[in-house]
Amino acid sequence: MSQTADSVVDQIEHDHSHHGPRKGPLRWLLTVNHKDVGTMYMVLALVALLVGGVMALVIRAELFQPGLQLTQPQFFNSLTTMHGLTMIFLAIMPGLTGLANWMVPLQVGADDMYWPRVNNWAFWMLPPAALMLWVGFFMPQGAPGGGWTLYAPLSSTYAPPSIDWVIMAIHIMGISSIMGALNIILTILKMRTKSMKLWDMPLFTWTWLITGFLLLLAMPVLAIAVTMLLTDRHLGTAFFDATAGGDPVLFQHIFWFFGHPEVYIMILPAFGIVSEIVPAFSRKPLFGRTSMIWAVIAITFLSAIVWAHHMFTVGLPVEAQVLFMYTTMLIAIPTGIKIFNWVATMWRGSMTFEAPMLWALAFIFLFTIGGFSGLMLADVPADYQYHDTYFVVAHLHYVVVTGSLFAIIAGVYYWLPKWTGHMYNETLSQWHFWLSAISVNVTFFPMHFAGLAGMPRRIPDYPLQFMDFNMVSTVGAFVFGFSQLLFIWLIIQTIRGGKKAGDRPWDGAKGLEWTLPSPPPYHTFTEPPSDKAVHEEGPHGYH
Amino acid sequence: MMWKRLLTALFTLSTAAGAAAQEESSGFNMTRGVTEISRDAFDMHMLLFWICVAIGVGVFGVMTWSLIRHRRSRGAKPAKFSENTTVEIIWTVIPVLILVGVAVPATAVLLKTNAEAPDPDVVVDVHGSQWKWEYVYPDEKISFVSNLASDSRDASQLNAKENPADTPNYLLDVDNPLVVPAGKDVRLRITSDDVIHAWWVPELGFKRDAVPGQFNNADIRIDKPGTYRGQCAELCGSGHAYMPVVVEAVTPEAYDKWVAQQQQAAAKEAEQASAPYNFEVAMKQGKNVYESACASCHQINGKGIEGAFPALEGGKITTGPVEGHLKIVIHGSEKNPVMQAYGDKLSNRELAAVITYERNAWSNDTGDLVTPQAVEAAR
Repeated sequence: MSQTADSVVDQIEHDHSHHGPRKGPLRWLLTVNHKDVGTMYMVLALVALLVGGVMALVIRAELFQPGLQLTQPQFFNSLTTMHGLTMIFLAIMPGLTGLANWMVPLQVGADDMYWPRVNNWAFWMLPPAALMLWVGFFMPQGAPGGGWTLYAPLSSTYAPPSIDWVIMAIHIMGISSIMGALNIILTILKMRTKSMKLWDMPLFTWTWLITGFLLLLAMPVLAIAVTMLLTDRHLGTAFFDATAGGDPVLFQHIFWFFGHPEVYIMILPAFGIVSEIVPAFSRKPLFGRTSMIWAVIAITFLSAIVWAHHMFTVGLPVEAQVLFMYTTMLIAIPTGIKIFNWVATMWRGSMTFEAPMLWALAFIFLFTIGGFSGLMLADVPADYQYHDTYFVVAHLHYVVVTGSLFAIIAGVYYWLPKWTGHMYNETLSQWHFWLSAISVNVTFFPMHFAGLAGMPRRIPDYPLQFMDFNMVSTVGAFVFGFSQLLFIWLIIQTIRGGKKAGDRPWDGAKGLEWTLPSPPPYHTFTEPPSDKAVHEEGPHGYH
Repeated sequence: MMWKRLLTALFTLSTAAGAAAQEESSGFNMTRGVTEISRDAFDMHMLLFWICVAIGVGVFGVMTWSLIRHRRSRGAKPAKFSENTTVEIIWTVIPVLILVGVAVPATAVLLKTNAEAPDPDVVVDVHGSQWKWEYVYPDEKISFVSNLASDSRDASQLNAKENPADTPNYLLDVDNPLVVPAGKDVRLRITSDDVIHAWWVPELGFKRDAVPGQFNNADIRIDKPGTYRGQCAELCGSGHAYMPVVVEAVTPEAYDKWVAQQQQAAAKEAEQASAPYNFEVAMKQGKNVYESACASCHQINGKGIEGAFPALEGGKITTGPVEGHLKIVIHGSEKNPVMQAYGDKLSNRELAAVITYERNAWSNDTGDLVTPQAVEAAR
């Protein structure tokens, strides 16, 4: 068979854009493909969600009634500590990074990430870090029990040997995050298809661009904090040791200079996901797009100057308390703008309520409740009462579970048909949603009351007047936990088969990812998208 | 039994929103407390609560309206608008005004709460340590340790025979409460001897961290006599749930009487401490030291807590060579920082007495008498 020069070129291009993944077991270890790496991040996040979830259920089971039934106090403390670290660093952050790996190149019309091999490394650092984090449970004095905040001196001088493993695990996870953040920033800035202007980028990509910079700011500070813990333990420094002239409060300043931006690292991409889904299912452009982006930038700036609101009871000068109260209250303004814009996007839309939209709506309702308790906590005189009680536990779970986690689940339902080429089972997904949405409130809402009634956080046993709240919370937690098995089953089912998903399974969805086949070929956008596609899928495409 | 309780709990909580809205303490809400600070905190809390309710009704109301009316199944056609400068300015300015409205009273209350009384009537130094509070009255020359009450301690063990429900003030009761006069200015100077703790009684309206190396002052004036209970609020290790704070506010006359009693008792103890040192004296003094310094972990009965704190009765160290026993009490444990070095905290005589006590109490009966000289030599 004779071939013309053209058909040879076709053949080569064909091979180039359609050759599949490496065969055999090394595929996942060696892959530099952004879709494979994204998938691995999502799987890791799901595994960590289960591990951290089991810890949470043991905690809730112990708290079902007063007295100790299951755990010794030290083991209970290890569970609360490890639950926090696992959920933050191995479930929520990798979940959001996985979504970015999958979607950012598709949304900006890039053929892969800027540094594909760095992408592989950034992921593969995490499984060993996870093992280093959890290994403490099998060490002589158990896993650290000083809380995920690792306050000195409880987590330096007074900590079990396993704290050193946790510190090294945090270092590795931090390096991984920094590599991932740089990669995402560079992909967006350097590989974005030419005709896509910065201000026309999809909101998920926008929020990740800003989150990338926030990660670059925050993660090195965490590294500094835990390194100082480590040298206090082993090299004879006394940064946080008051008996040798150090200051334990210094640790809190450094930690929260990381810790508060960290909260926004977990929520900004969630804002992005919700900003994609609400217009898609309202069939209406996002309201106030520019102000949405500026709101995110404003939140990012403010997030770096509010850290001491975690420390109102440590004995700060009253002037500092006033200042941090004001900066914290200011965050309510851009956050409020975001909520109002989502509501205005829905207003006079043409809404349907498939699973992604349900989760996004639950996000808006429940994250707002977390925002309300946040506003209350900003008020220092009242915070003297709220601080370190279950009111704070309720607040942070409304922000992280019904905020970040709900948005990740919404994103998974939204993009799963794109990834797999199949529609998920809608009926089962409705069960998953309603069970989760109800039980999550049964779990966390009573914690507001427990906190106001005076229950401190991080205690394995409690006075009798807190019993009713805790019983209800525990029941809710078990329903919520087991409901997530439905989610796992749904994902497996969808990967295996199901109704074919078209290129654009959601008729209101906009974005370059929807111009690709479902599932997309292994390599996408080896040819940049056409100017017409970029325009039609961008913010001006609705008109 | 448990299930019945659970059903009741579910029912009560389902009516909780209404209960929380009631302004008096309903068990669902913050307490109004017994100090000006606590009433101010409560008022700020309720102000913010109602503001949040109002905003919530507005935002969720519009959203719910939209969810019902603007759905495709009702034939809603999407509008095209994506901007409205007037609306956006309005919903930026209104929150700013609300925040200013909150910030003004909050700042005023904050400044008032942190203002120090010019000349407090009573000063108490509050020392947190794992896992007990020590109260020192520098002017009255009184000091004592406040441990979790022993009935709470018994019922709080893993799979304890005692039921927490039958224990009065479970986990909220101590052997020696802090006693202060009601209606007088009391200055608490809060600090810690080891890790960070937080001293908190909800009815007094604030919590302050006990941070090693610094004193955090809190000035309180309690309206009416009574017993007020709280807990340590900052994670401080395995005994975090077991170091309650109990404050007894009494009339000034009762307070003066209590001070006199304490001073007499202290004088008696001092006499005991200066009595010629022999086995009997050592055991008596050692028991006192043991109960305030050691019992919160190793327990009054010396049996410790399995998996957490070693038993001293029949223990390897307490019945083995005296040198090892002296070393761990004076210098602390190398392996486990929870066993602190008591060399700096207790005098030679106290150390000698407590070690003697540990070696002879319960069934230990080693017959050893450890002398202050032996302690000095082992330092």
